[in-house]
Amino acid sequence: MTDSKYFTTTKKGEIFELKAELNSDKKEKKKEAVKKVIASMTVGKDVSALFPDVVNCMQTDNLELKKLVYLYLMNYAKSQPDMAIMAVNTFVKDCEDPNPLIRALAVRTMGCIRVDKITEYLCEPLRKCLKDEDPYVRKTAAVCVAKLHDINAQLVEDQGFLDTLKDLISDSNPMVVANAVAALSEIAESHPSSNLLDLNPQSINKLLTALNECTEWGQIFILDCLANYMPKDDREAQSICERVTPRLSHANSAVVLSAVKVLMKFMEMLSKDLDYYGTLLKKLAPPLVTLLSAEPELQYVALRNINLIVQKRPEILKHEMKVFFVKYNDPIYVKLEKLDIMIRLASQANIAQVLAELKEYATEVDVDFVRKAVRAIGRCAIKVEQSAERCVSTLLDLIQTKVNYVVQEAIVVIKDIFRKYPNKYESVIATLCENLDSLDEPEARAAMIWIVGEYAERIDNADELLESFLEGFHDESTQVQLQLLTAIVKLFLKKPTETQGLVQQGDSDNPDLRDRGYIYWRLLSTDPVAAKELICYIGTLASVYHKPPSAFVEGSRGVVHKSLPPRTGSWVSLAGPVGSAGAPQHLVAFPCHLLGALRNLDLGPPVSGPPIATSSVQMGAVDLLGGGLDSLV
Amino acid sequence: MIHSLFLINCSGDIFLEKHWKSVVSQSVCDYFFEAQEKAVDVENVPPVISTPHHYLISIYRDKIFFVSVIQTEVPPLFVIEFLHRVADTFQDYFGECSETAIKDNVVIVYELLEEMLDNGFPLATESNILKELIKPPTILRSVVNSITGSSNVGDTLPTGQLSNIPWRRAGVKYTNNEAYFDVIEEIDAIIDKSGSTVFAEIQGVIDSCIKLSGIPAFHLPLCHYLQNPRLLDDVSFHPCIRFKRWESERVLSFIPPDGNFRLISYRVSSQNLVAIPVYVKHMISFKENSSSGRFDVTVGPKQNMGKTVEGVVMTVHMPKAVLNMNLTATQGSYTFDPVTKVLTWDIGKITPQKLPNLKGIVNLQSGAPKPEENPSLNIQFKIQQLAISGLKVNRLDMYGEKYKPFKGVKYITKAGKFQVRT
Repeated sequence: MTDSKYFTTTKKGEIFELKAELNSDKKEKKKEAVKKVIASMTVGKDVSALFPDVVNCMQTDNLELKKLVYLYLMNYAKSQPDMAIMAVNTFVKDCEDPNPLIRALAVRTMGCIRVDKITEYLCEPLRKCLKDEDPYVRKTAAVCVAKLHDINAQLVEDQGFLDTLKDLISDSNPMVVANAVAALSEIAESHPSSNLLDLNPQSINKLLTALNECTEWGQIFILDCLANYMPKDDREAQSICERVTPRLSHANSAVVLSAVKVLMKFMEMLSKDLDYYGTLLKKLAPPLVTLLSAEPELQYVALRNINLIVQKRPEILKHEMKVFFVKYNDPIYVKLEKLDIMIRLASQANIAQVLAELKEYATEVDVDFVRKAVRAIGRCAIKVEQSAERCVSTLLDLIQTKVNYVVQEAIVVIKDIFRKYPNKYESVIATLCENLDSLDEPEARAAMIWIVGEYAERIDNADELLESFLEGFHDESTQVQLQLLTAIVKLFLKKPTETQGLVQQGDSDNPDLRDRGYIYWRLLSTDPVAAKELICYIGTLASVYHKPPSAFVEGSRGVVHKSLPPRTGSWVSLAGPVGSAGAPQHLVAFPCHLLGALRNLDLGPPVSGPPIATSSVQMGAVDLLGGGLDSLV
Repeated sequence: MIHSLFLINCSGDIFLEKHWKSVVSQSVCDYFFEAQEKAVDVENVPPVISTPHHYLISIYRDKIFFVSVIQTEVPPLFVIEFLHRVADTFQDYFGECSETAIKDNVVIVYELLEEMLDNGFPLATESNILKELIKPPTILRSVVNSITGSSNVGDTLPTGQLSNIPWRRAGVKYTNNEAYFDVIEEIDAIIDKSGSTVFAEIQGVIDSCIKLSGIPAFHLPLCHYLQNPRLLDDVSFHPCIRFKRWESERVLSFIPPDGNFRLISYRVSSQNLVAIPVYVKHMISFKENSSSGRFDVTVGPKQNMGKTVEGVVMTVHMPKAVLNMNLTATQGSYTFDPVTKVLTWDIGKITPQKLPNLKGIVNLQSGAPKPEENPSLNIQFKIQQLAISGLKVNRLDMYGEKYKPFKGVKYITKAGKFQVRT
């Protein structure tokens, strides 16, 4: 005797069969037929053809049958607006029923029928229901105003329903208050400029009283509404906080988080010297931690929010690091969020603990997560300066495992550490170089090349290393090629005599790369000393002029240059002077394929090929130089 | 607020849809399927997905995805909590929350969903109220209904709806008055290689089953053998508990709902209060350049306050390179699934005199490099008649009614997310 029987069909055709049953004289048969119709509806089947037959069953004493017909009506009235009118009379009659359950049901269903003609008839019953003696009917009617507003906002305003709704905020029943707030909030969302929810201290007091007595969902509506209120002074803020704090112990995590939101917001108004401020701060941590023992989906949302809270007020959770430790069977989306928060909470006090954990994660099965864990170690080093050395040694331990992706990821983050703390940890370079052969990912290769170029003077065989990369130059990705180019230039500047040969190699079909190579080449071949100086101006005007700022900028403006962001906009405004300076404008437009061949070219107009001097190419080049700057700073 | 709900099974069939506002086409679920494909594992589907016109917020429970469609800004926790409440209600009504149960009761399900949400706003979610509005299916009732023609739908307004104790039905009557409280504590822990505790906390709940006539009131002081007033780090209460009394006297004072409900949940995280009841000695190693490894694991009881540790099951996700395992268990039985690489060792009760051990050879894919990852050991266990935090309910005082009910308190400690790193 299960409902699955309602899904079975006969050969004659389902709709035909149902039609006959719906028009049966037997009440029981009718009800069974409506149930079959509903069952079809739940799986998305179109049973709208039965509309008149189902509506005919509406006039009944049997509440279950009535509810079923209503369910059907809500789904299909829109597709049969003319027929839906047939139902209006029953609705209007039901709104006068002595049983509050029927009254509420009628007003509720009517609001769900999104047909203009019906909404006209809805106004009068709705007005009555908003003032009904029974709070159950009132609270249902409150929601109905929101429904009606969604269908026809003008009508709701004209009929004055919004004012009635506002009055309901002062209703004696907490459930009615909560629903009125919910409805007003929804309406206010579609009218951001309206003053529907402008609350005064009296209405706030009403809300706070209702907060203690209404359902958990009502509490969420009220708390979210409170969060938008601006207390007039710190005393009012504190008194609201005091009355909201007990919500932190609610079993419903959404109530807890909404309460946290109110408290976080109003705390801004409290003086930090206040005893209450400290007490409140202490009360916030335990409920947040408890959210993390809930179902994974709840955990995820909680973690996303905790991430924000930690950024605003790290002191709340600074002692709770351990709860963010990853369990191996956490879903990946929880793991990644926890990792991020761990880094945010990392400090000198807990770094040892954090690093031990991160190292543990680096041996897990999930490759993605392992990579993020290794990156996290790098981020810790950058965040907590005192821990950098420890982080580097942890990374070295990980490199020793020789697990390919761990090694590559570690090298990428070590590069970042080098950039943040230059000339501090070069002692590890030898170990890094040992792993050169195992690097097959562009990012890792590029990172390694950067390290070799940056510390060329400390690596005896830097030229050999770079040369080995250069052999496969054509097969590398652009990222690696660009990095290699920069590294070779750096090497040349540091050891010009030994590396002349290297610099002259390399060619590419990639215009960006070729252009950058060409610029470097021009720099190097004209005046290595000037180039050395200029290299720190890469991406700035100076690099385009081939002159240090002092040479072409007068007076005070010279200082600006190093901080000029290398944006395309600045290029456009400078087009004039560039042109007058001569060649650079054309430089980037050279269609030459062999970098090597360029050494014979002199400054001056292009020698061969049509110049592709479109502005987009120029801007591309400027952007590119921006990238170059990035790799150096 | 919540616009629509789709129920989807693991093979990607949408087997139920319900709309509380206008109808949203099933095609919106394509975004969900896309995310599901990307996640590979069903557990890893992100709970919040944004699409061009909607947000999809979903939970995964009992092999069913509950996917809700949202159109406006709404607190996601609110939606997730509600979806869990829907699943709880199905569980409560049909004994299980499964595709079969939902399909078998599709009309009741539809009526329930309609009752639980109006225009996307929660309406009635308390089991006590819902049961007055829509009666749960029983074999007897469907027989009676088919004879008498009466229905499953209550035709009067549930009294609880608006009273100041909305969680309790009015006019409750029982011939045998009984009240049971179960104190259930779960230990979540991460134990590192050397056996020291990285992280440990206790998640405790008091679940109650109250079958009492009239409107009884309870008074339940919580104690601890160390007289530690700050035992509980955080407590969440059922709405029936009078918060002020708890704040001032640490007493749980309440008028209970009828039937089963969770009275409080709490958390204990002070390290010295969280005892770890088992220890594991492990030796898992893989030889370099050979296609085998060794596995040797022993489990023993630690601090269990004289109680027996039982129902012990160990599961291990072995590395991908593991082909097979040849093991001998001194107690219980083990299985290894070569597809999922999960080793399950069902141990049962631990007797301190003879510690259970599982030992043998691990066969690896030949030629594959030595596995790098160290498998975590996941352990389940139970200890009857013990709340490991030391929490005690010493007295159960009932007021408000004249009869003498039968009262009982049971304790149990279980492993929650208990993992040992190797």
